[in-house]
Amino acid sequence: MAIIEIEGLAKSYRVYQKQEGLLASVRGLFHRTYREVSAVRGIDLKVDAGEFVAFLGPNGAGKTTTLKLLSGVISPSGGTARVMGFVPWKRENAYRRRFALVMGQKNQLWWDLPAQESFRLHQQIYGIEPAQFDRRRDELVDLLQVRPLLGQPVRELSLGERMKMELIAALLHSPEVLFLDEPTIGLDVVAQHSIQSFLRHYQQIQKVTVLLTSHYMKDVAALCRRVVIIAHGQIMYDGSLSGIVDKFSGHKIITLVFPGDAVPGGLSRFGDVLEEQGPKVKLKVDRNGIAEALAVILAQHTVDDVSVEDPPLEEVIAEVFSLANEQAEAVVARP
Amino acid sequence: MATAGTGGAALDPGGGAAHLQPSALVTWWTILRTSIEERLVYRGDFALGTLMRFLPLVTQVFFWGAIFDALGAVSATSTVAGYTNNEIIAYYLLTQISRAFSSMPNLSNSIALQIRNGEIKKFLVQPVDLIGFLLVSRVAHKLVYYLVAVGPFALVFFLCRGFFSGWPEPHIMLAFLLSLVMSFLIGFFLEATFGMIGFWWLEVSSLLFVYMLLNFFFSGHMFPIDMLPGWWGTIVRAVPLQYLAYFPAAVFLGKIQGTALAWGLLYQLFWVVFFVVLCRWTFNRGVQHYSGYGG
Repeated sequence: MAIIEIEGLAKSYRVYQKQEGLLASVRGLFHRTYREVSAVRGIDLKVDAGEFVAFLGPNGAGKTTTLKLLSGVISPSGGTARVMGFVPWKRENAYRRRFALVMGQKNQLWWDLPAQESFRLHQQIYGIEPAQFDRRRDELVDLLQVRPLLGQPVRELSLGERMKMELIAALLHSPEVLFLDEPTIGLDVVAQHSIQSFLRHYQQIQKVTVLLTSHYMKDVAALCRRVVIIAHGQIMYDGSLSGIVDKFSGHKIITLVFPGDAVPGGLSRFGDVLEEQGPKVKLKVDRNGIAEALAVILAQHTVDDVSVEDPPLEEVIAEVFSLANEQAEAVVARP
Repeated sequence: MATAGTGGAALDPGGGAAHLQPSALVTWWTILRTSIEERLVYRGDFALGTLMRFLPLVTQVFFWGAIFDALGAVSATSTVAGYTNNEIIAYYLLTQISRAFSSMPNLSNSIALQIRNGEIKKFLVQPVDLIGFLLVSRVAHKLVYYLVAVGPFALVFFLCRGFFSGWPEPHIMLAFLLSLVMSFLIGFFLEATFGMIGFWWLEVSSLLFVYMLLNFFFSGHMFPIDMLPGWWGTIVRAVPLQYLAYFPAAVFLGKIQGTALAWGLLYQLFWVVFFVVLCRWTFNRGVQHYSGYGG
């Protein structure tokens, strides 16, 4: 059953177009030119309870704007959305008690006080029963291994430690829906892995519905079965992570290992030679030409080893983003 | 159940938090307590800031002494615009108390900054009223300020006791305290409204500069506004700024009594309600306009 239902959701901003230079700044005092920017353009989406969905997209694609709309931070220009039956931008307390938003680049804890003070405040704001609060806080603190840091002012915590505290604060009231906006941004590999493990574990046990935006493919691969690619304010893809390669990549990688040190010539006629380090060569070959290329190569040469793989996911997604940006630029440039 | 990197602790699968209908009183008390704790963190800066507020007092005592000398009004009963030298100094001391209630250092700017850098989002996603939160935080700031300032204030008033003609009658004292509380509320909601303009303008420093300039002269901070003649006086008495400094001081000194006092308190109450409504309206409209800046 869908817990998040979005239909035709749109958000546009009026953005001041400032020209370069002092004179333009002075001119801007009297006359300003604005441009209408459509951050989200009629998105339709349904998310079932308990799903862990990743929002992928290049910068400015509309991912964070969508999360802001769903968490009621901003109001839409058009369309509708319901989360657990609530219209988010009405900001009813009954709704706000049932979801949480964690922003990797925004601190929600009291900067100068220890995190435990913010937790206590959250207990009151969200009306969490005291015994339940103590149990839940202890569980989360132990899971994230931050007990010794509870009494330390937030400003003195490392980025990774702070993000763990942010997650605890966000989860104390057991939200049914969790919006995560780049929760691992700027973290080192160890902290990233720790947060990924925690989120995976938490979601499996609590069956919470999670929408995640992240630029780290490792986050997405570790956590999400379903991926939504947003570009230029529209959904380009909605499906499994592996399905992205099938849909957007028109080629595969053939790796050949030849006997001896030499690589035979003429292989470039089958596709792009990505790497050549005798006796091994990597070819980027059109999907439709794989069978034919392999048949010819194997017929003409002696080969010690051969493998056919999909291109790396990051590469495919980078291509998709690049394509989306080109399309967006073309639309802007069009008179 | 344990997982890699998650400390090996268990999570209660039925861990949906039991939600109580939160007691508003306990919630606001917790916010107040947390705000007080936060305020006490930077004790050095806070103590210095509090004590330095008394410096202008000394200059004002000399300033008005010089004016009366220059005018040749050396007798204790000689007046300038109805005020003796002693009354002027007493008035100025009392406006320090008014302003200790009505001034809101950094309130508007901090609201505008939070709008600009996106920090305000946390108040929009949590089930807490932003204006109520800001109000309680400001009460906490004031309480801590009074705690630190009460000693210096008492000392200054003791040393300057000769400028006063004695304690006012109990009902005047009550009216004075009431006017102080309302001056706090007017100051808070007025400056919070300026901060909310940040939803449109993002930066409100210049607006605040203009406001502070008007406030400085027309609140009675510099001189009693009943000194202003003609239509100037009429205008200044019609706008709410007088309730931020002049009105409570004038009440204490017995310059406003009887029916005028009752009407004065009613007008002040009107302005409290006016700015409460204006602040709430500006916030609601501002949130509709908000673009969620700052990532």
